[in-house]
Amino acid sequence: MALTLDDVKRVAHLARIAIDEAEAQAVLSQLNDVFKLVARMQAVDTRGVEPMSHALDLVQRLREDAVTESDQHSLFQSVAPHVEGDLYLVPKVIE
Amino acid sequence: MHNATIKSLSAELAARKLSSVELAKHFIKRIKVLNTKYHCFITLDEEASLKQARAADRLRAAGSGQPLTGIPIAQKDIFCTRGWLTTCGSRMLSNFISPYDAHVVERLNAAGAVNIGKTNMDEFAMGSSSETSYYGPVRNPWDVSTVPGGSSGGSAAAVAARLAPGAIGTDTGGSIRQPAALTGICGLKPTYGVVSRYGMVAFASSLDQGGPMARTAEDLALMMNIMAGFDARDSTSLEREREDYTRELGKPIKGMKVGLPKEFFAKGAAPGVVKAVEAAVAEYRKLGCETVGVSLPNMELSVPVYYVLAPAEASSNLARYDGVRYGYRAPEYSDFTDMYKKTRAQGFGAEVKRRILIGTYVLSHGYYDAYYIQAQKVRRLIARDFAEAFKRCDVIMGPTSPTTAFKIGEKAGDPVQMYLSDIYTIAVNLAGLPGMSIPCGFDAKGLPVGLQIIGNYFAEARMLNVAHQYQRATDWHTRAPKGIEVN
Repeated sequence: MALTLDDVKRVAHLARIAIDEAEAQAVLSQLNDVFKLVARMQAVDTRGVEPMSHALDLVQRLREDAVTESDQHSLFQSVAPHVEGDLYLVPKVIE
Repeated sequence: MHNATIKSLSAELAARKLSSVELAKHFIKRIKVLNTKYHCFITLDEEASLKQARAADRLRAAGSGQPLTGIPIAQKDIFCTRGWLTTCGSRMLSNFISPYDAHVVERLNAAGAVNIGKTNMDEFAMGSSSETSYYGPVRNPWDVSTVPGGSSGGSAAAVAARLAPGAIGTDTGGSIRQPAALTGICGLKPTYGVVSRYGMVAFASSLDQGGPMARTAEDLALMMNIMAGFDARDSTSLEREREDYTRELGKPIKGMKVGLPKEFFAKGAAPGVVKAVEAAVAEYRKLGCETVGVSLPNMELSVPVYYVLAPAEASSNLARYDGVRYGYRAPEYSDFTDMYKKTRAQGFGAEVKRRILIGTYVLSHGYYDAYYIQAQKVRRLIARDFAEAFKRCDVIMGPTSPTTAFKIGEKAGDPVQMYLSDIYTIAVNLAGLPGMSIPCGFDAKGLPVGLQIIGNYFAEARMLNVAHQYQRATDWHTRAPKGIEVN
């Protein structure tokens, strides 16, 4: 099953990546090549096989519900594109 | 000085025959001359490096030197290094001065190692050639018209060109082993969870693993002693007793069973690669090892599985680059969504965008089971193949890469061809096993060939000795490319 140009545009929107017509066309054929490669795996009979999400099938470690981080907001905000009064600035979200 | 190993430099530093400052200055001088040729480094900070070297000399003088104290180590630019530009090879992070250190960097600092510079790499570690960097391609010191492999190509080329005695890299699908092979050096990808991922810019979190790159197995062991260890800040870091990775070095390997998967030798590998790897296997027989045929029947599915799982995880991990909290933001936009879209369109390169799109697609409504869950199931089949094989052998050997270094630009326009250059390495990441590459000869073009050694979980110390015994019997690891002399 091949992807369509609309699929590429839809996925680019979901991923919040601006893409123009020419770029979408070029990406479409490359993605279809990749999915041709991926198709080899789809034919495999995996009935009864548990999905493997981690190499060693570990359980998630729990920690004490305690504050461990110190306040470093000014250090972390020093690398932000736009900050004012300790707040990250973004374009208007709500009218 | 620059041809010496970490082990011998460490002995000279300990004997006070050499100072860390002299050593750092020597490598900085070499880097300044040769980096224009190889583009191994993105960022140098001579003052910061020398400051660490002076501190290392004080530690040595006070008698608190450790094996890596005063040793220059190059850091792949995927490791967050406080106060240093940490770009991950991307425009997206081209202005990111890291406010904190990765766990591995903290440990190297605590051991007194000297950060000699941040190395070039494929953007966000997505690539097998180090060509996708925003900072331009790295060149292979053995032939500057060829790639050094990737994604840790800058680290590999720096070690090969004797611009650093050791470097740190990361390996998600072969990114330590494949460039090590293509540049004639050694690299180890540890068992998943042995080295903390904290502060390592995330690509595919269930596969990413940091590891050492150097010219000998002994040096890798010394680096592993510092790099490995539990870190609560990485949720997949393993709580294990500390290991001495040098403990097996020197033990006889007579009687050890070497598994040779028929799939590694069946087809696809270049004749020059097969010849060198077979000669290495013959050397192991001479060293008293027994070879047994094994099979990894699902290995050929590892590339398709990887190109579902890794992009899926990447699309999720890279969602954080939104132009709000750090990194690049597009200069002009109309509204919030437009800011995201333009920031990400301009900040990411073509290969990164391609993988985000693949990942977003396979995780999207209606496709999740058919792609992502199916890939995770086949991943288990691949891991089971290794478990079966390790019932019959102690280590597995084969080529690291199907070819030696290819030309810059040769595969850049064809993603699938590029992806297939990791055919022998990806399965190891999917299974979470340790794998390494050591130099084992040259092809007819004079380009280095890598021998891959794969061990069972936590078999790093044993694998390092398997490599060390080979390096005691052969001298491939001592060969240096031409054109690296500096007056």
